[in-house]
Amino acid sequence: MQTLLLRQMQKGQTGTIRAIKIGGELGRRIREMGLIPGAQITIHGRAPLNDPVAIRVMNGTLTLRNSEADYIQVEVQ
Amino acid sequence: MTRQVIMALAGNPNAGKTTLFNQLTGARQHVGNYPGITVDHKEGLLEHQGTRITITDLPGTYSMTAYSAEELVARDYLISNRPEVVINIVDASNLERNLYLTCQFLELGVPLVIALNMVDVARDRGIEIKADKLADLLGVPVVPIIARSGFGKDKLIDEALAVAARKQSWQPRDISYGDDLDAAIAALVPKIEATHFVDGLYPPRYIALKYLENDEQILAKGKDTDPATAAELEAIVNSVCEHTTKTLDVYPEAIIADHRYGFIKSIIRQGVVTHKFDTDRLYTSDRIDQVLTNRLIGPVIMLAILFGVYQFTFSWSELPVALLEDFFGWLSAATETILPDGRLKSLVISGIIGGVGGVLGFVPLIMFMFFAIAILEDSGYLARVAYMMDRVFRIFGLHGSSVMPFIVSGGIAGGCAVPGVMATRTLRSPKERMATLLTVPFMNCGAKMPVLALLIGAFFSDNKAQYMFLFTMLAWIVALLAARLLRSTVLRGAPTPFVMELPPYRFPTMRGLLIHTWERTWQYIKKAGTVILGISILLWAMMTFPQLPAERLAGYEAMRQNIASGYDETIVAEQAQERTVLSAAATDLAGQLQEINKREAEEALRHSLAGRIGIAVETVSHLAGFDWRTNIALIGGFAAKEVIISTLGTAYSMGEVNTDQTESLGERLKKDSNWNRVVAVAALVFIMFYAPCFVTVICIAREASWRWALFSIGFNTVFAFILAVLVFQIGSFFHLG
Repeated sequence: MQTLLLRQMQKGQTGTIRAIKIGGELGRRIREMGLIPGAQITIHGRAPLNDPVAIRVMNGTLTLRNSEADYIQVEVQ
Repeated sequence: MTRQVIMALAGNPNAGKTTLFNQLTGARQHVGNYPGITVDHKEGLLEHQGTRITITDLPGTYSMTAYSAEELVARDYLISNRPEVVINIVDASNLERNLYLTCQFLELGVPLVIALNMVDVARDRGIEIKADKLADLLGVPVVPIIARSGFGKDKLIDEALAVAARKQSWQPRDISYGDDLDAAIAALVPKIEATHFVDGLYPPRYIALKYLENDEQILAKGKDTDPATAAELEAIVNSVCEHTTKTLDVYPEAIIADHRYGFIKSIIRQGVVTHKFDTDRLYTSDRIDQVLTNRLIGPVIMLAILFGVYQFTFSWSELPVALLEDFFGWLSAATETILPDGRLKSLVISGIIGGVGGVLGFVPLIMFMFFAIAILEDSGYLARVAYMMDRVFRIFGLHGSSVMPFIVSGGIAGGCAVPGVMATRTLRSPKERMATLLTVPFMNCGAKMPVLALLIGAFFSDNKAQYMFLFTMLAWIVALLAARLLRSTVLRGAPTPFVMELPPYRFPTMRGLLIHTWERTWQYIKKAGTVILGISILLWAMMTFPQLPAERLAGYEAMRQNIASGYDETIVAEQAQERTVLSAAATDLAGQLQEINKREAEEALRHSLAGRIGIAVETVSHLAGFDWRTNIALIGGFAAKEVIISTLGTAYSMGEVNTDQTESLGERLKKDSNWNRVVAVAALVFIMFYAPCFVTVICIAREASWRWALFSIGFNTVFAFILAVLVFQIGSFFHLG
């Protein structure tokens, strides 16, 4: 068990969100899309230039920029 | 009397809301704009067993906070219009996240019916949902539907009408937010109730929640209507906020979101959802993504698809565009013979038919482009384009979705900024969208191409292809840098959160595509048509009035008489018949008369208001090497870039110059002492980047506002002029001409 930032995760890696360290517009947008502590996510892929990142959460695929993924701490096996 | 019911349709983007709306109302839709913003207001009519139902399609949102225009519109509509029932469409294959919005409807207390959409997709994925159970737990009717096929829609409307018939008052549901926040809410609610805060429009608990969520709109409303109570409420919120950040290291809004999801989970876990097989397996959509968003071949396929859209838009629309041109050509010719010579004829042909023809000429382009974009959007591919391109466009303060408008506007030379500006609608980030729609007119549209061809052909005839390519690249570079400049000045600000959904790939429905295409096209015709007609008449007047004084006209007439008198009467008569085959002498006479007509046209243009302006600004424009003749042509270019060549032709006494055959005009410019290579490049740079044509300006006004439209005229013209002056001054200094 170790905690990583979402940006540091590899393609195909799965983990559980531990914390989201941002409020305001971005924080709200992240949460309303289903990224909340306790949610299980899998890295779906990365765009050709390595950014943004696509992740699977709650049966859907989301994409966010690395700079936004930096606020999300994930616990991985 | 038939019953009238007002309903609203709400739900997440990609939940199938528009498909359901089309399925329910068919073509009986009306699309408008909410005042002041570009969010569509869609209303449709439906007859159901003797009841007339008006349905408003609210913008797709994930939440109901005050962050985006869409969310504000949805919330304000519910509060101020109080629909009798709200149909909340929910994607069954992604239930948990979709119910997040449902929670907020429950807390607001609106009469609700849930349309559980795409039960077929969910079943294919092994997800079984017990609708009855869900209905029991949520306390609202749940109707399984398949919006694409129309399955379940009658039952849905029955249920919705039953809810509406109960005419119950709003019944807000209470969700627990944990000890800290529940205590704060308990302290806030009595104060809100006692003062009838914010006009009593919202349920008191809802206002309390919005205060805890730090909702800008509600906070501002509170301060406006009752500053004393607002201050008390804010004090309570601040103290609980301090407490939660100290003890739990989270903001109240995060706690609220967590508990909402907790509430949803507690419902779903009570046997509502069963997974028949492993949820982690790859679905078809993921397999497609493995190819289409592959890091190596993904971008190649994307370029091919974008090029395909471009080809489809501009090549396939050639025939209808040509037909329209022929029709307006025929109309002008018919008018030519019917009306007597004079101002009226000139007004009808150049002002009215030219203006209306100009507007309608874009219609096939817009139809084809929106059809192509609708396919990409409805299939889910456009989100992938944004995903792949975002890293590049972000450097310039834009968004991955900006690529489409740029390509359509002329990223591949020969596009058109009108559909390009309209294509920015696919961007949901306000600042990025504005920067995109202000910079796409810099691209080399199809109307600028003949001007480029003319000047490059005349002054750089040895390396035509290279120069054409160079100027296409220059357009990209300047547009992107201008976007960067705008984003760090007038559109300054942090990037809008990019976080977005990559919806599963779906086959678009023909009906949806056609409705979407027609909607946009009709909006364009309606809004652009009226304004452009007025402006084209104005420009015609500027280039026609004041007319030459009577003695000058008489002078030209005398010259014509004088020449004619040198010929035999039979030859004069033969020339006047306008036959195609003339004898040598008559051809000679016709040529001489033509020469005088051209000189008269040039003098008339010079004498007109546009000509006087052209001469007046010569003092400034000579800094960039432009003389008064070029100035007039550039003024004409405000109407449409095509006009530049024909106006240059008139100003240089060449008569009407066809955009297809510009060699003679090119030769004429080459010989003129005012022109050389440096002037040509300065003129090219200016024409590429100065004010967009009027049709584009009006589209900008429609998509943004008149202030931004005027800004684009001013900013682009000043910007282009500075570039042109730099080119001319530096080029002249080094004697590159």
